[in-house]
Amino acid sequence: MEEVDVEPPLVVVPGADPACRQLCFEWGPAEVLVCETRFDRGGGGDAAPGSSRVFVVRRDQDIYIQTLRKLFNESHGIFVGLQRCEEELAGKSRRAQLVQVSKNYRSVIRACMEDMHRAAAATRDPALHSQYSTQVSILSAMELIWNLCEILFVEAAAAGPLLLRLLDWIRLHVCDVDSMVREVLSSENPSKHKLFWNVVDVFVLQGRMDEARHLLSKEATANPTSMSMYKILDDLMMKMPVPNLGNTQTLTELELKWQHWHEECQRYIRDGTFASNPHMESICKILGGDENAMLEKKELLTTWYHFLVTRLLYSHPTVKPMELHFYAQSSMDLFLGEENSPEPLDTILMAAFEFELHQVIKECSIALSNWWFVAHLTDLLDHCKLLQSHNLYFGSNMREFLLLEYASGLFSHHSLWQLGVDYFDHCREYGRVYLELHIERIPLNTEQKALKVLRICEQRHMHEQVRSICKIMAMKALRNNRLGSALSWSIRAKDAAFATLISDRFLKDYCERGCFSDLDLIDNLGPSMLLSDRLTFLGKYREFHRLYGEKRFSEAAKLLLMLMTAHIAPCSFWMTLLTDALPLLEQKEVIFSAEQTYELMQCLEDLTAGKPDKQKLLVDDVETMKVEMLRLALARNLARVIVKEGTLEGS
Amino acid sequence: MEEVSARFVAQKISKARWRPLPAAALQPPDIFATGSWDNEDNRLALWAVGELGSGEYLGEPQLLCDIGHDGDVMDMQFLDQERIVVASSTGSVTVFRHHQNNQTLSVNQRWEKAHCHVDQDTSCGGAACTGVICNNPEIVTVGEDGRINLFRADQKDAVRTIDNADSSTLHAVTFLRTTEILTVNSIGQLKIWDFRQQRNEPSQIFSLTGERVPLHCVDRHPNQQHIVATGGQDGMLSIWDIRQGTMPVSLLNAHEAEMWEVHFHPSNPDHLFTCSEDGSLWHWDTSTDISEKPSFLHQGGRSTAYLSHNTINQSVVCAWLNNDPTKDRMEITNLIPNQTLSVNSLDVLGPCLVYGTDAEAIYVNRQLFS
Repeated sequence: MEEVDVEPPLVVVPGADPACRQLCFEWGPAEVLVCETRFDRGGGGDAAPGSSRVFVVRRDQDIYIQTLRKLFNESHGIFVGLQRCEEELAGKSRRAQLVQVSKNYRSVIRACMEDMHRAAAATRDPALHSQYSTQVSILSAMELIWNLCEILFVEAAAAGPLLLRLLDWIRLHVCDVDSMVREVLSSENPSKHKLFWNVVDVFVLQGRMDEARHLLSKEATANPTSMSMYKILDDLMMKMPVPNLGNTQTLTELELKWQHWHEECQRYIRDGTFASNPHMESICKILGGDENAMLEKKELLTTWYHFLVTRLLYSHPTVKPMELHFYAQSSMDLFLGEENSPEPLDTILMAAFEFELHQVIKECSIALSNWWFVAHLTDLLDHCKLLQSHNLYFGSNMREFLLLEYASGLFSHHSLWQLGVDYFDHCREYGRVYLELHIERIPLNTEQKALKVLRICEQRHMHEQVRSICKIMAMKALRNNRLGSALSWSIRAKDAAFATLISDRFLKDYCERGCFSDLDLIDNLGPSMLLSDRLTFLGKYREFHRLYGEKRFSEAAKLLLMLMTAHIAPCSFWMTLLTDALPLLEQKEVIFSAEQTYELMQCLEDLTAGKPDKQKLLVDDVETMKVEMLRLALARNLARVIVKEGTLEGS
Repeated sequence: MEEVSARFVAQKISKARWRPLPAAALQPPDIFATGSWDNEDNRLALWAVGELGSGEYLGEPQLLCDIGHDGDVMDMQFLDQERIVVASSTGSVTVFRHHQNNQTLSVNQRWEKAHCHVDQDTSCGGAACTGVICNNPEIVTVGEDGRINLFRADQKDAVRTIDNADSSTLHAVTFLRTTEILTVNSIGQLKIWDFRQQRNEPSQIFSLTGERVPLHCVDRHPNQQHIVATGGQDGMLSIWDIRQGTMPVSLLNAHEAEMWEVHFHPSNPDHLFTCSEDGSLWHWDTSTDISEKPSFLHQGGRSTAYLSHNTINQSVVCAWLNNDPTKDRMEITNLIPNQTLSVNSLDVLGPCLVYGTDAEAIYVNRQLFS
């Protein structure tokens, strides 16, 4: 067993007190059942054992949050779309497609964040408010990490565009300063605002040169004495070479231009051109790549990764992806200093900068309480062909493992199980087995839900599960005396044994009451009659009654005989059939031919002779009388028919 | 191009119904109700779409009010402008009232055990009420217990109950005439019941040819009362003429899974809509004026099946009955571009279509015939 990465969190189960009752527990698919046993401790013999309570301890609270359901549903749609989309596209177009998928996921996260934010603002319950706020911050952290992974892994931005993407990333996610920026920009005289220089610094730190220059121009018009200094600074900012996306310049060209510009900055610093204005001087130092100057603006940077990107912008704009981790580590150390230790988010981002995909996924799994994020991210990275398929020690690869865990979590939810089905479908190794096991355990409280589950099983050719679900529903129907429903379930499962059971039930009812119940069902069996022999017999027997009722006696007779001789009728029923033959034998008109009468006699003999030991049948008076009457009727019929048949041929 | 607005609602939608318009209304419908299922806490909700009175256009449907519902919403229908009758999986039938002044919903009346299994001692679980239909003030309900109830709004007890009307589950009910109803059951039978007769037997029974596939939904042609459409578990659409014969007039292979709802368009009955477990929603169009709708022929990106060979002068006789795929022209369009989970319910009124899915979303299309 490997070592535990983090200390397991302690969960207190309210109401469960190990001091007064001994507790036992059992693992479920996504939860732990804790229940009180009958052994009680303490309190001597006074404690009367009451009823035991069962506690269900769920690890994953998130799937029960209403606002997150939208996240699960929309991401399910994106996931299924990704699995289904064409693999033929290669190279750039495939990459563009995957980047689009990644952006879709991110916009779903953002939409969910906004909903959660609105819910937090709308609620008055402080506990709920704090829960929502926590969720908002978790979601924004997820989006931050996802965005970085998109830049580094999915899009795999090369040196040059990499910096631009990182700048966008920073601008999107460092928003603590936004309100300050808005305040200054909307004030009447921005340059007189006390936070004016802070805002200019923010713009410079984020590489927003145009906006910085715009603000500075306002300052310049207000303060003509520093006009010359302003002009130099403005010029410097304007000339700053940045990588562009248009591929119009090569990396070496950019490198060259940038070196040139950098030296110019350094020259101005050495000459002390901006010495009279400390604000401008610090800006120039920043432009020249001075880390200490940047670190002085810690509150404006707010995070070490902002510091990293600013540093890269002003000292190594042509940084290659593989070189990132050097700068990342040192940036984090410099920014956090000695006293602060990195938080989980920082470790994850660092792992991303180091291109340690597995580490990223592992850290995210530990930090987050729900498998949603890692499952979808890993699936996307797998589509980018970035995960080597090294097998984990229990057989499946990482992507599949995470998807299985996530989908199993969905199945423990009363409603989201339908989403889980599609996830299992796309796990090649164990998906089907997991689905088979989970789908049988979904509670089926209405027929409509059972139909949906059955459809899922049938589409995947899970015949065992179809049979078992249909049997459960048919048994329920049978207990409720809904014989038609029970029959329709056994037809769906093509379950002959159950159909036989239902037919026996009908026949039993008939024997007890002397008439059929549910005639609308038996009369309209149609081709499903052939499902089981007993069912066929039931249908034919009913037909016999109908023919008799319509006075079509010879057809009825033929049918009756056929039922016995073709062994469609169960042996237990032969007595009843023979008794049904009595009125036909006693008719004025002769119905049974000689041949048929002989066959009937044969049947009777078979019936009575077949049970030598079970004399109880014949001991019963009624039975004996019946047999006697039958023998008599058969003999009389035989006599009449021989005469009749003999006579016709004569004249 | 049609305009579909969607909204994710964090609950699986089992039924969606437009609020009926007052008789002389000219504007399209703007309020619909939805019911959810498979939640621990199911809800009946009312939504507004389109333009509010102030003229401000609402992009997505906006929630007006909702109320908790005990059990899954199995079926739902508006009794009048303010009252909605809802059938529950617990076997009860509830009438909710929508108070328009303060936008709330409240329970107006409830029949608790409208459907339950007879022998409570040996019964196993409750019986869901599967279908409800209203013709103000009468309400007819059917359920898994094979019972048919006739209620009157505001009367506490049932006016008439037919116990054990069917030995299998009754899936849906609709009015044929004011005193006659049609029911479909899970052994593929369509039955007509006449409430004027005292005996508890159907006045007529129709069944499918061949396999007794369960039927899930039924609807009657709005103008021609002898034409009935039903949808089955195998996705087949059957058209019946109940004046003649006991078998369907035409069988159209439609969906790949259970067809949950079938609706004739109330004012354009040449159009039929069906939705299914396979996630598709089909629009069946037998109107013959193809020249007026070039857009249908030029739409890209939708699957359009086109069954026709030559045009015929359609006489007054209904297109649905003459439906011979080799002779007549019928256009079938799938209105959902990328289908995932089941479309459980749809409703059409005027130019507006609303449908709800198991992917916890509702979609509204307000320009159906443009």
